[in-house]
Amino acid sequence: MAEFLALRRISKLYGGIAALHDLDFGLAVGEVHCLLGENGSGKSTLVKIISGVEQPEPGGEIAIEGRGVGRLTPARAAAYGVQVIYQDFSLFPNLTVAENVAAKAMTEGGILFDAREARAVATTAMARVNATLALDDLVGDLPIAQRQLVAICRALASKARLVIMDEPTASLTRHEVDALMRLVAQLKSEGVSIIFVSHRLDEVLEVAERVTVLRDGRSLGTFGKSEISKPMLSRLMTGAEFHYEAPRADFSKDPPVVSVTRLTRAGEYRDISFSVRPREIFAITGLLGSGRTELALSLFGITQPDSGAIEIDQRPVRFKSNRDAMANGVAYVPEDRLSLGLVLPQPIAGNLVLTLLRQLTRWFGLFDARARDGLVADWIRRLTIKVSDVNSPVRTLSGGNQQRVVLAKWLARKPKLLILDSPTVGVDISAKDGIYAVIATMAAQGVAIILISDEIPEALHHSHRVLVMRQGKEVRQFVSAETSERDLAEVVNA
Amino acid sequence: MPRWLLRLSQKHETWLFVVIVILAAALAVVSPAFLTLRNAQDLLTANAFTAIMAAGLLLVLISGGIDISFTATATVAQYIAMTIANAHDVGWVGVLVIASVIGIALGLVNGLIIHVFHVRSIIATLGTLNAFYGLLVFFCRGNYIYTLPDWFDAGMNFFEFQDKSENYYSLNFQMISTALVLGIAWFILGRMRLGRQIVAFGGNPEAAERVGLPILRIQLFVYAWMGWCAGIASLAQAQLAQSIAPTVLVGRELDVLAAVVLGGASLAGGVGSVLGTVLGVTLIAILENGLILVGVSSYWSDFATGIVILIAVSATARRGVGNRLALA
Repeated sequence: MAEFLALRRISKLYGGIAALHDLDFGLAVGEVHCLLGENGSGKSTLVKIISGVEQPEPGGEIAIEGRGVGRLTPARAAAYGVQVIYQDFSLFPNLTVAENVAAKAMTEGGILFDAREARAVATTAMARVNATLALDDLVGDLPIAQRQLVAICRALASKARLVIMDEPTASLTRHEVDALMRLVAQLKSEGVSIIFVSHRLDEVLEVAERVTVLRDGRSLGTFGKSEISKPMLSRLMTGAEFHYEAPRADFSKDPPVVSVTRLTRAGEYRDISFSVRPREIFAITGLLGSGRTELALSLFGITQPDSGAIEIDQRPVRFKSNRDAMANGVAYVPEDRLSLGLVLPQPIAGNLVLTLLRQLTRWFGLFDARARDGLVADWIRRLTIKVSDVNSPVRTLSGGNQQRVVLAKWLARKPKLLILDSPTVGVDISAKDGIYAVIATMAAQGVAIILISDEIPEALHHSHRVLVMRQGKEVRQFVSAETSERDLAEVVNA
Repeated sequence: MPRWLLRLSQKHETWLFVVIVILAAALAVVSPAFLTLRNAQDLLTANAFTAIMAAGLLLVLISGGIDISFTATATVAQYIAMTIANAHDVGWVGVLVIASVIGIALGLVNGLIIHVFHVRSIIATLGTLNAFYGLLVFFCRGNYIYTLPDWFDAGMNFFEFQDKSENYYSLNFQMISTALVLGIAWFILGRMRLGRQIVAFGGNPEAAERVGLPILRIQLFVYAWMGWCAGIASLAQAQLAQSIAPTVLVGRELDVLAAVVLGGASLAGGVGSVLGTVLGVTLIAILENGLILVGVSSYWSDFATGIVILIAVSATARRGVGNRLALA
């Protein structure tokens, strides 16, 4: 196989800290090559160097088709056929599909904009991947998967020889991921090389011909398809081995913290009954649209059930709002931690005590800053949040640490029942491990936990019992320690 | 509903047009003076300033910026142009060139500050508004110019005629310059590559940079264009007022902004059309004109204009035209 791209001794320093360290990387023509690594491993720095956005330190060499390219700029990289499909796609939402795909018609040409040429270019690019999008639709009106298609067509229209896909499956459904994988196979068959950046092992195993694993800015080697397996990649990525097993415990003698009887809300969920006891972790799983999040919102008082009963500490309750739920010791950590759980531009300390403002308020509504500092320091220690300064904005923390701040925010209220909605979405393996440890610690302290997750291993290995929902109804409840991953998966996907 | 009608009904411009037709019909019934050629001549002449400025501001808003310094630019341009015209025999071509050069130069100052120093456009132009205006008032000591050259006072008129009641009509400088500027704006946005670049840049500046659009050129152009429009509009206004007063224009920025936003342009950038802007200016113009004809106090007409803008903008926001950009 002819080599398309070769990197030798590439390093990159940011303020004295090495984001990449003496890295070698090779890519064949028409190869699908996965770049695997956790957040902060140097994946995105490498992508930036290949696409000319960043320059490597002196001494590094970049060769394309055997010839040294010297200093790359974004324009020169594009001229060599290097195209990046960013996670946010970098499209123009207010322009049509044709104008987006034929972005070249906008950067090159005469004084007038050649709309006909743009449409022709777009039609050709879309035909190559059998895409059927209306040329005159505004990209902002399209669903995510179709926007990604537009971004891919734009890369093709720019005569891409190498397409770098940065976490391309992050916001796609399973069905859309399958379509993307077919597209990747087709590009490959046309001789286009693909660098597939990801931290999801399953899809890496599915798509890659070779995998290069990065950790702490170093390459841990490039491996062929036959050499790789999930545990091996996971160990390389994180430097640690993770093996989980469902905890065994029987709480059935303790009085439940929460019990739900035949809870129903029209169009969302129906006839749901279960109870959760102190120290118990109760997982709820099911496919998208199974009604698990809707159920959680009712337990937290954001929506009201039409019928059925909720009891907290064996007393019937009726939550008119989430304030009622909070007053009864229920806490909820939402799925989208970025948009719902935190005030991103605000300091870490301020976010941590957001749910405790009343508790920290003294005479005449004055705020006790010293008590706040004590609380904040305590929680940062207990959840081992990596923070350089509690007064810097939460935005500056990594995803996993942001998640811990959200957790701390709710734990500080000492809830009786904690509802966690998909707490590890978008977090890498070692951060996930940290979160699981936090969940287990909390349960051990006597909190009843409802863990909502659409990852079957997660729901199974980190709970005592699992409830499977489908289309708003209970399918079955399992005792986690007595259930295998495959059995649970069969019931969920049936 | 057929597809074309559905599409049409989703357009901001359609609703503006419907409102204008209803309002005009109502005014025509209530006031016989409304639907006359006389009134049309007055409306076109009196609103030329707002319409030309709106065409300028439209491009700035689409590019994702804002300019509030254009009234100061216009004041500087008309003051200097007419001072020179009073001293030398430069003629129409001369004053047009002088006002254009001054407008473009001051616009370029805005564009450079915004691009080079990464200052938010609203802050930058708030600064230049005061700087341009302050400098002018300092040098002219706030003096008005009451006498203008006769050829300027007389204006530029074609197809002049008088009707039976000796009302005077013509195709004048105000109308010609309005049509010209709006036409050029339409051509730039719809047909020129630069125009598509402006729209793209306003829709997603980061993507524009990654794709390799010439961002400096785009920024400089939109603010220079705004400056040029300010220069032309300043002459349209001076000719109508028959005098130059350094104090009358500054303060009218928000009227122009209101008209453009009413016309569907988004302050978030990327959205707006020349047709919408024309309709926005038209709606405000006939609303004010109609209320005066009906005999309502001019204070109430300000109030009514404000309410119309609020309703139109809220309706647009509710229909979710703005959401499209939030998804980017």
